[in-house]
Amino acid sequence: MATKVTTPKPDQLVTSIDFTPPKTGWMDTPTIIKPGTFCWGAKGKNLATVEFPNARDWNPSDQDWKLPENWQEIFLKGMEDLLGKYRSFKVFMDICVRCGACADKCHFFIGSGDPKNMPVGRAELLRSVYRKYFTASGKMLGKVAGARELTVDVLKELWYYAYQCTECRRCSLYCPYGIDTAEITIMCREMLNLLGLNTDWISGPVANCYMKGNHLGLEPHAIMNSIEGMIDDIETVTGVRVNPSFNRKGAEILFVTPSGDLFADPGTFTCMGYLALFHELGLDYTWSTYASEGGNFGFFTSNEMAKRLNSKIYAEAKRLGVKYIIGGECGHMWRVLHQYMDTWNGPADFLEVPVSPITGTRFDTAKVLKMIHITEFTADLIKHGKLKLDPSRNDDLVVTYHDSCNTSRGMGLLDEPRYVIKSVCNNFYEMPENTIREQTFCCGSGTGLNASENMELRMRGGFPRANAVKHVKEKHGVNMLANICAIDRATLSASMDYWVPGVRVTGVHEMVANALIMKGEKERETNLRGEPLPGKEGN
Amino acid sequence: MKILIPFFAVIALVVIALVGAQASHALFGIWIPYAAVLIFVFGFIFKVLKWGRSPVPFRIPTTAGQMKSFAPWIKQNKLDNPSSSLGVLGRMLLEVLAFRSLFRNTKTQLYPGTKLTYGSEKFLWLGGLAFHWSFLIIFVRHFRFFMQDVPYPIQIVEHLDSFLQIGAPLLYITDVVLLGAVTFLFLRRVMMPQIKYISLPADYFPLLLIFGIGATGVLMRYFAKVPVVSVKELVMGLLTFSPVIPQGISSLFYAHLFLVSTLLAYFPLSKLMHMGGVFLSPTRNMANNNREVRHINPWNYPVHVHTYEEYEDDFREKMKKAGLPVEKE
Repeated sequence: MATKVTTPKPDQLVTSIDFTPPKTGWMDTPTIIKPGTFCWGAKGKNLATVEFPNARDWNPSDQDWKLPENWQEIFLKGMEDLLGKYRSFKVFMDICVRCGACADKCHFFIGSGDPKNMPVGRAELLRSVYRKYFTASGKMLGKVAGARELTVDVLKELWYYAYQCTECRRCSLYCPYGIDTAEITIMCREMLNLLGLNTDWISGPVANCYMKGNHLGLEPHAIMNSIEGMIDDIETVTGVRVNPSFNRKGAEILFVTPSGDLFADPGTFTCMGYLALFHELGLDYTWSTYASEGGNFGFFTSNEMAKRLNSKIYAEAKRLGVKYIIGGECGHMWRVLHQYMDTWNGPADFLEVPVSPITGTRFDTAKVLKMIHITEFTADLIKHGKLKLDPSRNDDLVVTYHDSCNTSRGMGLLDEPRYVIKSVCNNFYEMPENTIREQTFCCGSGTGLNASENMELRMRGGFPRANAVKHVKEKHGVNMLANICAIDRATLSASMDYWVPGVRVTGVHEMVANALIMKGEKERETNLRGEPLPGKEGN
Repeated sequence: MKILIPFFAVIALVVIALVGAQASHALFGIWIPYAAVLIFVFGFIFKVLKWGRSPVPFRIPTTAGQMKSFAPWIKQNKLDNPSSSLGVLGRMLLEVLAFRSLFRNTKTQLYPGTKLTYGSEKFLWLGGLAFHWSFLIIFVRHFRFFMQDVPYPIQIVEHLDSFLQIGAPLLYITDVVLLGAVTFLFLRRVMMPQIKYISLPADYFPLLLIFGIGATGVLMRYFAKVPVVSVKELVMGLLTFSPVIPQGISSLFYAHLFLVSTLLAYFPLSKLMHMGGVFLSPTRNMANNNREVRHINPWNYPVHVHTYEEYEDDFREKMKKAGLPVEKE
């Protein structure tokens, strides 16, 4: 596994994209698991930590995947179980007419040309197995009915392509029946997990999050250290020393954000943005080291695991006795919070309907979940004129905005972040309309695919997004890609360096804090990154 | 092979009907249609009930526009991201009657260099709409055979459908549109490499079958001119459960009827069930009001979690040293 995987250069990668399908039919075209396009296999100890079955070390590039003897039975039993639990799965297995509307909507297909990456193609990989074992016509007619046996090679193919889907739901937008490949991938990954076929990049964070409260495995003191470093940096830039609290009982609000914000640039700058904003408002809030993860890599393994990780948020809110929860900038975190959390771990009847202590706005649209998105909170503040802002401090930035897949197609949070961005910076340009809002393209590395060994696949998947950024860079001189997602902040940086050098990546609240005029601040010379503000370059 | 198998299957069906009807009018005129309708009705119901047996554990609409936000100054897209039942109804009607999602369709093109474009691509939407609507109108027009007196609305439909006033009998526009749309959908499947690659025999078969139905229908109306009075007598006999086989009905009619019967019987077993399935699709038939209205998962069960107490036990000393409050000293 130590072998170095090289990623082709951008121009080589683009010329390698061929939309002509192979001569042989997809059932007869063997799948080759190619270095650079898959993540290392899970470590047994991580799977054992969360009590997953068939935990063992394994390597996807090995011939022998060390499958349990009755693997086929386990897989099919799992499939039967999921068909009984999810109407979505059953209906989506039955009603596709293969019209092909989804085909060229997938970023992995656009970046690879591989027909098994057309959403319909990826779904057919599993549908063919469904037909063979769960429909009369498939049992009787076999291949003529589009059915095939579940062999080890088929299993490997299912694994390979279940980890070439970021569950972004773009295909489901165009499907006349709303068939959602995310749903199919979720089911497929859950079945694969019954056989211990997880990846290191997902199972490691899951085990960390379960034991230590966050994906990165930051222990309580490490979280505090990390934030203390940010406090120093904020003081250097603004002259104001912010003073957050941790695990504090009786605070009004619990704040939860993805742990990526605590760890690496540019996420840390976003985190500094939250800290500065909350301090300026005098918000009565607390961080938690136990519920120190907003994201949920469990969602990329099984429904049960996702629920187990998510349970900490409400449990901690209850223990600390807060009134409600604010969530930071993260994509899949908000799909999970918005569409799953209350159903899993609610009702949160120990919490209250969120009310902004600054504006008095009651967030009735979150009256059951009791959790609001930070851009909702900030948009409301700005609308009420509660923030003193100097957008000219962001005048060196020419900004465009990347909608996260999950907040767009699994929630519909589109105009709130835009309102915030436009209030804090003067130069904002949208990317072409077929690549933003509900039609947004994935960063290419969601759902736990953002491992470095997977770089070629990530750059292929990131191509459509990067290409739209390139367009506005050339047209308007865009040099900053704003987003509200921790995975984006980590992965779009890599994708921009590869595809559109010169464009950097930022969270929205980094720009908010840069524009925010704080009480008692000194004359600012630099932004949160320590770079000179526009007009201060000579100092 | 993927095309030839369904092609010969449809040819075989026509031959079976032409030959078979000579042997037994009753079988092809009475018993097979009865059986087909039974299979269709019960098969359809069975399939929908089978889907319905699986619950919808989570509320997972695909949101396609701005959500209902915390304040009205952010304008909601009520049809593409509905938050109420009325909105969902609107979204579903738009989907079923106007193919809203297909209307969004784009075509991705990669030009030399690295230029990617996503132009509007409305042909699939147009072809699909033409096909389904003309099929529906033709079906409705057939009610003149199913009722003793032709109701006024049916007469209006017939009148509008033939407003071009071409030929005798008057040409129905939908006849042309249906055959044209089926041909388009078939050619599209054969000529677009990606679509061809994923097409199964089960995709070609219904298209060819429906072409056969349309073609035999057109032959009967405009060319072979079957005796309409006798056909109506047969159909009314079937509907009143007193079947009769009138004299003088040609084999062509039996071929038409047999293909229709095949379509009905095939329907519940096939992808054609998208007709029912679209209404049950959780990404389209649910309101995006997740944070406002509780959704219950009927199989939600308690799970093993790592509690705060266990966490504190793991890190108590480190927490105390860092100055964090602890529950147990």
